[in-house]
Amino acid sequence: MNRQLSQRFAFGLLWSAASATIIILAIIVMFIMVQGLPYVNLAFLTGGPIAQGREGGILPAILGTFALGALSLIIAVPLGVGAAVFLTEYTRPSPLTTIMRFGTDSLAGVPSIIFGLFGFIFFVTRLNLGWSLLAGGLTIALMVLPTLIRTAEEAIRAVPVAYREVSYGLGASRWQMVRTVVLPNALPGIVTGIILSFGRAVGETAAVIFTAGTALNIPTSVLSPTRTMAVHFYILAVEGISLPKAYATGAVLIATILVINVVANLLITRGVARAVRR
Amino acid sequence: MKERLIGFLLFMSALVSIASLAVITFFIFEAGLPLIFRVGIGNFLQNSIWQPSGKTPQFGIAAMILGSVWVTLGAIMIGVPLGLAVAIFSAELAPPWLAAVIRPVLQLLAGIPSVIYGFIGLTILAPVVRAAFGGPGLSVVTAALILGIMILPSIVSISEDALRAVPRAYRDGALAVGATQWQTIWRVLVPAARSGIVASIILGMGRALGETMAVIMMLGNALQVPRSPLDSATTLTSNIGLELAYASGQHREALFATGVVLFVLIMILNLLANVFTGRLVLWRSRAPSLSTMRTLWRNRVPASDRRSS
Repeated sequence: MNRQLSQRFAFGLLWSAASATIIILAIIVMFIMVQGLPYVNLAFLTGGPIAQGREGGILPAILGTFALGALSLIIAVPLGVGAAVFLTEYTRPSPLTTIMRFGTDSLAGVPSIIFGLFGFIFFVTRLNLGWSLLAGGLTIALMVLPTLIRTAEEAIRAVPVAYREVSYGLGASRWQMVRTVVLPNALPGIVTGIILSFGRAVGETAAVIFTAGTALNIPTSVLSPTRTMAVHFYILAVEGISLPKAYATGAVLIATILVINVVANLLITRGVARAVRR
Repeated sequence: MKERLIGFLLFMSALVSIASLAVITFFIFEAGLPLIFRVGIGNFLQNSIWQPSGKTPQFGIAAMILGSVWVTLGAIMIGVPLGLAVAIFSAELAPPWLAAVIRPVLQLLAGIPSVIYGFIGLTILAPVVRAAFGGPGLSVVTAALILGIMILPSIVSISEDALRAVPRAYRDGALAVGATQWQTIWRVLVPAARSGIVASIILGMGRALGETMAVIMMLGNALQVPRSPLDSATTLTSNIGLELAYASGQHREALFATGVVLFVLIMILNLLANVFTGRLVLWRSRAPSLSTMRTLWRNRVPASDRRSS
């Protein structure tokens, strides 16, 4: 085959692969939205479920989702940002940091069902937390830790060295420099990581179902069991409780993920714009 | 004093991920290993009969291992060509506006919950597969097709980074000797980015192997050794996910033992991927590394200066 011709052919394949990816995403989102949105109304969003979710709304699942996401972030954000600050500002590359990075990378690759098994045997059973927001939050916190560490590290590394030198030059201690110069400037990147981690908590099922449980009540304390939207969607769809309600829950779930991604992207572009202005 | 305390606290938080990895390993193994030793490793891995609650319970996970292998390889067959194509496209071909579309598209694909993917496989793809090829529809093909899309974002992002990291000089050199753009991509850039691409494939395998909820929804969960891609099957993950909620005693131990096998497989894949990306250095060769040589070459004394000195 002529090499110009083979280039045309190959580029055609590349273009179709890229278009296929966009079309697949569009199909997934449109399908759930078209089927689900007609059933979404105020009563659905603010009402409690009736008969295991066959009727009524999903308020407890919405609240459970946000409570679980918030709790896991409260636990994970200080640890993740702390780890990132330590790795970037407080140490040089050494065997110890290699081990720390290896831990983070490996943790990122651990599948959610393993987190589910671990959370179940450790937080739920051994620490006797039962199926609860706290057990679920701790489990999800470990799951999102690698994302938080990586995004925070990247954001911190992007802060110009000159800023640090000026701060030291004015007589700041290391922590004063980190607190007043590095962290404020890295904030957009760190917040992006936090938002993406929240998305992970919203979408997670396998780890949540065995640690936070499936109870359809509005959680009243960190020790109450809960059911997130993803878990509710799974149960409605797999146990065949109600297909319309499953679609509706799926639509709310996708809408939440869409909002999270749009906000994260806005922050990323803002951060880039700021970096360019410098 | 305060400075030191803060430094110590930061150090401790940096230790959390490796510490939790150790704790996770310990508790999964503690809960699962005793059963593996009681049943025998060979029997556990090779027996394809799983009857956890019979009068003489049998704990063999061979069928699930084969199910996992089939589904993972299938996902790779779909996800790798597509992912590599998208990575090449975004790194080399895409006009800026299109690259700006593809990035958030992939991010969103990565963000869509696995239960949604499973549901799409269950409601859209399974009926199509049943109508087109026969069989139960909830099958290895269905699961592999959807999983191939689910692992797409990880494959694209790592391969694309690897392609972008290829030095400009490689591209310029190939074009300068008269290669077409495609020849440059396929004969120079892709081979140069090989280790990153391999790492992305390995991580994609890990993703597919570890996926649970979507697989439960799409694979039919039949406790059998799959004979064809159109058969239903079950995987290591889906069996744990389906039975953990009600299992107790030996049965629960057996699920943790399944988790041990899964965990070991995943850790091997992670290690391999880390070796390929160069993040984990297992041995240091005495010869100067490629990057050192590249730096030396870049800082060489220009020929014109050499003559004058």
